[in-house]
Amino acid sequence: MSEAKKFRAGSEGIGARGGEERVDAAAGGEAVELSGRRAGLWADAWRELRHDPLFLVAGFVVLVFVAMAAFPGLFSSVDPRACDLSRSLAPPGGGHPFGYDLLGCDYYARVVHGARVSIAIGVLATGSTVVIAVVLGSLAGYFRGPVDTVISRLTDVVFGLPFILGAIVLLSVVGTRGVLEVGLVLVALGWTTMTRLMRSSVLSVVNADHVSAAKALGASDARILATHVLPNAVAPVMVYATIYVGIVIAVEATLSFLGVGLQLPAISWGLMISDAQYRISEAPHLLLFPGLFLSLTVLSFILMGDALRDALDPKLR
Amino acid sequence: MLRYTLRRLLQTVPVLIGTTFLVFAMVFAIPGDPIRAMAGDRPMAEGTYLALRDRYNLDDPLLVQYGKYMGGLVRGDFGEDFNGREVADIMADRFPITIKLALVALAFEMLLGILAGVLAAVRRKSFMDSLVLVTTTAIVSVPTFVLGFTLQLAVGVKLGWFPIAGLTEGWRSYLLPGFVLGALSLAYVARLTRTSLVENLRADYVRTATAKGATRRRVVGIHALRNSLIPVVTFLGVDLGALMGGAIVTEGIFNIPGIGQQVFLSVRAQEGPVVVGIVTALVLVFVLANLAVDLLYGLLDPRIRYE
Repeated sequence: MSEAKKFRAGSEGIGARGGEERVDAAAGGEAVELSGRRAGLWADAWRELRHDPLFLVAGFVVLVFVAMAAFPGLFSSVDPRACDLSRSLAPPGGGHPFGYDLLGCDYYARVVHGARVSIAIGVLATGSTVVIAVVLGSLAGYFRGPVDTVISRLTDVVFGLPFILGAIVLLSVVGTRGVLEVGLVLVALGWTTMTRLMRSSVLSVVNADHVSAAKALGASDARILATHVLPNAVAPVMVYATIYVGIVIAVEATLSFLGVGLQLPAISWGLMISDAQYRISEAPHLLLFPGLFLSLTVLSFILMGDALRDALDPKLR
Repeated sequence: MLRYTLRRLLQTVPVLIGTTFLVFAMVFAIPGDPIRAMAGDRPMAEGTYLALRDRYNLDDPLLVQYGKYMGGLVRGDFGEDFNGREVADIMADRFPITIKLALVALAFEMLLGILAGVLAAVRRKSFMDSLVLVTTTAIVSVPTFVLGFTLQLAVGVKLGWFPIAGLTEGWRSYLLPGFVLGALSLAYVARLTRTSLVENLRADYVRTATAKGATRRRVVGIHALRNSLIPVVTFLGVDLGALMGGAIVTEGIFNIPGIGQQVFLSVRAQEGPVVVGIVTALVLVFVLANLAVDLLYGLLDPRIRYE
């Protein structure tokens, strides 16, 4: 009995710390129990999403790519760095569905192993961007005044920089560029749109009656922000963040392709396509397969974001 | 209106200063000595070396360098690259090409994007509608450089319909790169037109127009479409600035000697003045395009008034 109780308490503790669950529980502050089922914004959205075939398919593809990033061995047992020059540029054929690259490495194995950096940069950069955007955006939107002025002007300045161009200049400063360096530069240049989104979302919530009520009851700013404003304001940012993972993955590949992103011997789709460019007429498979995987990953995140937006919009129900 | 314009112009000044300083600081931080790099393997006389460093203010601290640069910029002097060529001349050579490319991209967005959006909206939930939705989603998820290569391979190399690279065939050389550059925004324009038109087709004035006997073509084309294009025009205006910055990838793939290619080469060669000059010009275009769109808004929608 007491052990069961302890287990329950423990699982709640974990739930409170996990991202999705945390938001759900907080929004549940205003949720109503209706005939045993929860009816908060996120609970409703989840019910909707579970029956959306597009979301399920996109989510499945994302899971496959995440599994590919975490355990490439599940998909290919061939070593992507075991190359044989005699097979250079051999087209796809028996047992090697994607053919071989210039150095005679198995291209399927390389494409599978390329998922890791893309997913890693996409998730890490988006995660950091969300944290920055939520903090800055809610500070600016909640406190207004000088705080807002400073944050908003800073956002304007960074927003004025062309994204790819800024990344090229910043990354050419860095000598060795790995996942961390490229990710940091993407965060440094990319936080502006999400911050603006968060700020306007907070602005639209701050004047709601329940926030005034909390203020009148003497709740502290931190408490009002954390329990009354944020849970009601993060939805647009979550939608954009899902799509943003796809955008970040595409930008990373573009930068690697331009020669200012990841460097060899890293295995990345952008680098593969960059190598393919001088041989597109003799070996089109070198362009086709990494291009296909890259586009499919981006597509899945965009579709998931679209579905999430529809599910979170009560007007569409 | 005039007061609004002036206030907006004044507001852009701090943004412009901040952005140029950011770029300047970034270029300043690039390690290595551009003067030594210029000489390559050959030895350079110490006197020449010091004179060149002095000429380009390379020994001043960051803020002083920036101050001197902005001083020149205010007088319309963009400075010169390390070979003594005026940055303004370089930009005069390169900008028209990128502007042409961006205009071709914009033309594709307007023609194909709006057409696709209208076709999808007038027959909602039809095959055409689904086709437009699927195609635009697909275009959005294929990164520009992948799309560029694929089209270069398919219609350039295999089919031979378009020149593969360079500008040797006049306006025909701009078609394929222009399409690739505008593809992403084309998809957005199609979706925006569709959403906006679907909403407006439900409006009362559309029902009135239909009731008084106007043809379907006239109702959609004259009454509904004109009102639906307001968000599209906004997007296109903002996009013009973004296209010029985004040309860097497209110009690289199709080997077009525009502003994007120049800035990429200049970053590699550590030609700070050229990079800063071009980025400043691009930011200016971006800011002015935004302002123009805001002002145009009032003309398109008389309900909007400027204080």
